[in-house]
Amino acid sequence: MLEVSHLTTVFDLASGPAPAVDDVSFEVRPGETLGLVGESGSGKSVTALSIMRLVQPPGRISGGSIRFKGRELLALPEAEMREVRGAGIALIFQEPMTALNPVFRIGDQVAETMLAHGRVSRRDARARAVELLGAVRMPDPAARARDYPHQLSGGMRQRVLIAMAIACKPSLVIADEPTTALDVTIQAEILDLLREMKSAFNLSLLLITHDLGVVAETADRVAVMYAGRIVEHGPVREIFRDPKHPYTRGLLASRPGVARGQRLRAIDGTVPVLGALPAGCAFHPRCPDRFEPCNSAPPPEFAVGEGHGARCYLHDGHQAPAIRRPAERAAR
Amino acid sequence: MKAPLLEVSHLVKHFESGGGLFRRGAPVAAVDDVSFSIREGETFGLVGESGSGKTTTGRCILRLIEPTSGSVRFRGEDVLAFSRRRMREARRHMQVVFQDPYSSLNPRMRARQIVEEPLIIHGLGNRTDRRERVAELFRLVGLDTAHLERYPHEFSGGQRQRIGLARALALNPSLLILDEPVSALDVSVQAQVINLLMDLQQQLRLTYLFIAHDLRLVEHICSQVAVMYLGKIVETGPAAALFAKPQHPYTRALLSAIPVSDPDAPKQRIVLDPDLVRRDAALREVGAGHWAAI
Repeated sequence: MLEVSHLTTVFDLASGPAPAVDDVSFEVRPGETLGLVGESGSGKSVTALSIMRLVQPPGRISGGSIRFKGRELLALPEAEMREVRGAGIALIFQEPMTALNPVFRIGDQVAETMLAHGRVSRRDARARAVELLGAVRMPDPAARARDYPHQLSGGMRQRVLIAMAIACKPSLVIADEPTTALDVTIQAEILDLLREMKSAFNLSLLLITHDLGVVAETADRVAVMYAGRIVEHGPVREIFRDPKHPYTRGLLASRPGVARGQRLRAIDGTVPVLGALPAGCAFHPRCPDRFEPCNSAPPPEFAVGEGHGARCYLHDGHQAPAIRRPAERAAR
Repeated sequence: MKAPLLEVSHLVKHFESGGGLFRRGAPVAAVDDVSFSIREGETFGLVGESGSGKTTTGRCILRLIEPTSGSVRFRGEDVLAFSRRRMREARRHMQVVFQDPYSSLNPRMRARQIVEEPLIIHGLGNRTDRRERVAELFRLVGLDTAHLERYPHEFSGGQRQRIGLARALALNPSLLILDEPVSALDVSVQAQVINLLMDLQQQLRLTYLFIAHDLRLVEHICSQVAVMYLGKIVETGPAAALFAKPQHPYTRALLSAIPVSDPDAPKQRIVLDPDLVRRDAALREVGAGHWAAI
């Protein structure tokens, strides 16, 4: 469905080009949900914008390939790319208030996406917009279609964005933190809706989030990003049961609720900023398991299981110190 | 049993809504008859979703907004009856840390000035004393004293929240109102700040009112919890009991909505049926110290 290989997107800063997305490869298979997890500055949103070819200067895609249904998106003329956006791949943004135009009725905004692709008459687009609002479980869709965005709650606005995303029958939906601004009960409803839309319209989903809980509930496979690179990827169960990269392990261990009232097992230090990445593995200054090779060159990916890979020298059969097993780490 | 440090009774705050220039709006109860008490040294969690009134409650306690009615007793004294001068004195003992470390620090002030300001306002110490105190506070919250002269934008989110904490601690308060103190921070940094809060509480014998929407975090660090829904406390009690056996339909729906970071966990979503919520129900005891409005 979607195959991203060696994608590199740099930002041209005063100090020189800084990679926000660095040699990123992954695929989204038909009908699956891939969870792309990372903190702020990990490059997950820039990855989404790169796929849509919506990166704005000073950012630019400097290398790699993005193949969607066999076509190379990075080589498409802009006119054809415009057709891919919406009709092939749709993007749902995080902030439903800023992603909607405040001065147009929501029904018209949903209809507009269909008219932009020139598929339907104005009248059909209007009727179909109401249908779509019904499909995303908007109560009384015909009346709501006449509302302006500010008249809706955050959860309802997010439903409108989902209706817009599926309006042109895309085969891949990229949802960038679709529930981050929402309350937890509304988040649950939106995640249920995304799952439902996915099976009803036979979609593939690239779900971008910082929330491990959201990933565990929604994704089939997971890719974990840190400082512009995918440090680990694999089936969701393996990632949560047996994480192989120290960053993934740290994220999972730092969650509250393991032992009430006890100190949390925090990861030391802070996320590095763009343009000031540590040499070698970008995580090494914060890593409890670092050893000699970690600050020299970025580790390649090592296979650690069926469809499970980790960019960490711990898994390099040649130089990993086999002595440092998790049990011993805990004893330190 | 220790006497409560803070006792909030029948707190009400009305805002007007829908009014215009010449027409008064209808009053909306943002906080509607809220009562709870916090014992010295404990961490009391006030949880709810947006619009539940949890933040307004926190602000009414400090009189950053004036409540419509009710009483707030701090060490037995009625805070709402205090004169302005007396209130300012009282705020030495009750401080607040806000959610957003990006907007709550003055961008034109150096970190040292931000932390020092409360000492100047309350006329504490001379220049040298204050410098020493600021450096001490910096070390206390785990900041590098080499960065005293930096501006807020030169710090990361987690470090900025530490500056806000150092400022709140400058006057040696006994109660800290923490309003979503980590929700704007990255996951890997949240745990550091939570650990710092837990360490400081032990070290300085602090009492926390922890206002948050993240139930997992509240479950982890709070001993007592109150759940707010549409301005009212619908359930309150010891955290262990409340999370193990939630009684109010809203608490149940809220707990079931939290995504579980275990792919194999059974998903049993409980959707709140608004008809099940009896707005006029009084809190009744459903377990030892565990109350629910059912």
